[in-house]
Amino acid sequence: MPNTIANRKAICDILLERAKTDKDIVVLCSDSRGSASLTPFFDAFPEQSVEAGIAEQDLVGMAAGLASCGKKAFAASPASFVSTRSYEQAKVDCAYSDTNVTLIGISGGVSYGALGMSHHSAQDIAAMSAIPNMRVYLPSDRFQTAALVNALLDDEKPAYVRVGRNAVPDVYAEGEVPFTMDKANVLCEGTDVTIVATGEMVRPALDAARLLGEKGVSATVLDMYCVKPLDAEAVVKAAKATKVVLSVEEHSPYGGLGSQVAQVVSENCPRLVRTLALPDAPVITGTSSEVFAHYGLDAAGIAASATELLARAEA
Amino acid sequence: MADITELESLRWDLRQDCVDIIMAGGGGHIGGDMSVIDALMVLYENHLRITPATTTDPDRDRFVLSKGHAMEAYYTILCHEGFLDLADVEARFSKFGSPYIGHPNNKLPGIEMNSGSLGHGLPVAVGMALAARMDGRDYRSYVFMGDGELAEGSVWEGAMSGANYGLDNLCALVDRNRLQISGSTEDVMKQDSQESRWAAFGWNVISIPGNDLVALDDAFGLAAETKGKPTVIIANTTKGYGSPVMENKAAWHHKLPTADEYAQISADFKAHKEAGLNA
Repeated sequence: MPNTIANRKAICDILLERAKTDKDIVVLCSDSRGSASLTPFFDAFPEQSVEAGIAEQDLVGMAAGLASCGKKAFAASPASFVSTRSYEQAKVDCAYSDTNVTLIGISGGVSYGALGMSHHSAQDIAAMSAIPNMRVYLPSDRFQTAALVNALLDDEKPAYVRVGRNAVPDVYAEGEVPFTMDKANVLCEGTDVTIVATGEMVRPALDAARLLGEKGVSATVLDMYCVKPLDAEAVVKAAKATKVVLSVEEHSPYGGLGSQVAQVVSENCPRLVRTLALPDAPVITGTSSEVFAHYGLDAAGIAASATELLARAEA
Repeated sequence: MADITELESLRWDLRQDCVDIIMAGGGGHIGGDMSVIDALMVLYENHLRITPATTTDPDRDRFVLSKGHAMEAYYTILCHEGFLDLADVEARFSKFGSPYIGHPNNKLPGIEMNSGSLGHGLPVAVGMALAARMDGRDYRSYVFMGDGELAEGSVWEGAMSGANYGLDNLCALVDRNRLQISGSTEDVMKQDSQESRWAAFGWNVISIPGNDLVALDDAFGLAAETKGKPTVIIANTTKGYGSPVMENKAAWHHKLPTADEYAQISADFKAHKEAGLNA
């Protein structure tokens, strides 16, 4: 039975649960409560909900003002808008002023499919990672999303979280999510290739490891939900134990997970590194799965890239 | 609560302190400092409920300097009110490794939020006012903006939400000195009439001569009494107010006085103070 619960709904479920005993949780939306699956929160806790209208700068500025007064502010808006339209508010009002704001980028990456590049957020990891004191998280499934939101509610630092629009296959089982804040999860260990994946790319990366295994190639797969701060220790350990490193992300090839992985590997244990990502161009029209398959970001494509990379290393 | 007569004298001492900070640091936004410092003084002396002992009190009033480049005026007030030490600010302003930078730094006592990029303060102050309402606290949120700053779209996003939520615990002040770095606001991007624009957005509008201490004092008082909507005070000020050397001259947006100009400016402040004392 495939999972039908989107990560955005998992966020709302945790916020609903925690708000029962925490009046300082405040959720803000920019005419996005429906698309963020946060309508139940607005209905249950209207006094802890703020509608900004279609005004992302105001959304993030208000969130920072609320947070400066002791609120745990969660501002949810499409990732394409909240990561760029209000980028300066994220930089100055959240990160620089060090306010307890969690920015939730919903329908991230190419989730909006045929709506086009205006609605895609293939630059958000790079943009947000470049801001000092801003953390960047891309949980891989609904269970990890829930664990992450719980952890973010217990700290007081700014963060950016990107989730997709649709339900994605589970990576973990209910009640069995290993979670240590800012530590990658090692999903399997091998000696040939390290695959570092984030967000919706983790499940296909894990499936790719199985395909590789059927061909006698052993792979380590890291679920790097914490793109910033990157779990460099896990990357170095895995890279040292394997021959090549492949990073996989639903993002531009510039400034995302791959750039950070390459930086860490090249400084600590040089290996051939390949960044598997979306192209530096408007992506082809299609659903997420169609787009991923087209650019080799599905299990078969990831396995093929790993095989090619390994062949180059061994040539 | 300071007597306005005392403030009429104090404002010239504060201007001198402000210019001295600028001279010590080798630069600053002197024109806007001089136009807004009277409003800062009246707010801190007579209305803003915060002291150096209450900087983390949840019931303290909140203040955001959205026109963050008027930092030297803000330092001057924070020093006078006891949050910061004037000698220390003068010694280290803009120096290597200093916390005293050219825009608000909320690592310093008494400063709530960082700013510098224009158009950020109003949405932040709206959030602060919403937090007060959520928590049932009676503190007020104040934000000071420049008039050139009002070209930023985010200001009007905040204007919308402030009115939408009927935040009568929110008071904005516009330092309407009619000059910005390139020249007249009306030449760069027309601002008139701010009174009708804010009223159209649903705000209570109080338009005053912005370097008139009585008018400022009354305006903050009226804002606090207004119910059901936020208040904006359009403070019609003079950029560079206090010395003909710099008054109404766009070049003095961030000009550093020469030694001769410094002497003349200081003499002008002194004359203003003495004229007030003899009045």
